[in-house]
Amino acid sequence: MRYLTDRKRAEGRGAAHSGTAHHWYMQVSAFGLALIVPTFLFIFGRALGSSHAEVLEVFSRPVPAIVTALMLIVGMQHFRKGMQTVLEDYTKKSTRKALLMISATLSYGLAATGLFALAKIAF
Amino acid sequence: MADVNPGERPLSPHLSIYRPQLTSISSILNRITGVGLLLSAVLIVWWLLAAATSAEAYAQANGVITSMLGDLVMTLSLLAVWFHYLSGLRHLYFDAGNGLDVETAEKLGWVVVIGSVVLTALTLIII
Repeated sequence: MRYLTDRKRAEGRGAAHSGTAHHWYMQVSAFGLALIVPTFLFIFGRALGSSHAEVLEVFSRPVPAIVTALMLIVGMQHFRKGMQTVLEDYTKKSTRKALLMISATLSYGLAATGLFALAKIAF
Repeated sequence: MADVNPGERPLSPHLSIYRPQLTSISSILNRITGVGLLLSAVLIVWWLLAAATSAEAYAQANGVITSMLGDLVMTLSLLAVWFHYLSGLRHLYFDAGNGLDVETAEKLGWVVVIGSVVLTALTLIII
């Protein structure tokens, strides 16, 4: 083993080059989702299967619209970063890069599409 | 010794040397449910977009999602989201340095498994 000082070992933020930022994001978003998910399940579960007019009425109200928007933003970011861990574990090289890009495209795409739909209903 | 084949090193986790146990299965299920929930997200966004588009589009999306197959997919999604939810809370508890002895970890594993089924049933009753 090379002779290293504690300071030298901590420099450069380790093999990930981003320190614990990814892990910390997952913890913070997990806490946020712990509040958002049950509320969203209640709102969406009630709205699913009801008439078109009722759905438009529900999602034009502030609380359902805001909770659904949060579900999309925080949920899809948590998904993207979670997928990153999965892909980093099971794939490598170009396959990994391609799948990371696809996963990011899907996550942002779904979130943006859902937000557009919400905006169209709410305004 | 020099690495003769640096490009073919095994990636974690080394599943082939694992005896299945509750802690490993719940960890694997946490991943599977997290990835699988993408399907639910796609369906829900499609449903929302259809509602924003027109009554006909909504009728079609709502019809598919509330069909027999749709109900099955949504119920399994509910089970997956509750499993991932409880499993995530368990990981937050672990990450804070608690419950890492074998007995507690296994006990919490059963809480996640049984809890997700109970919460799914409760949700279906409430909504």
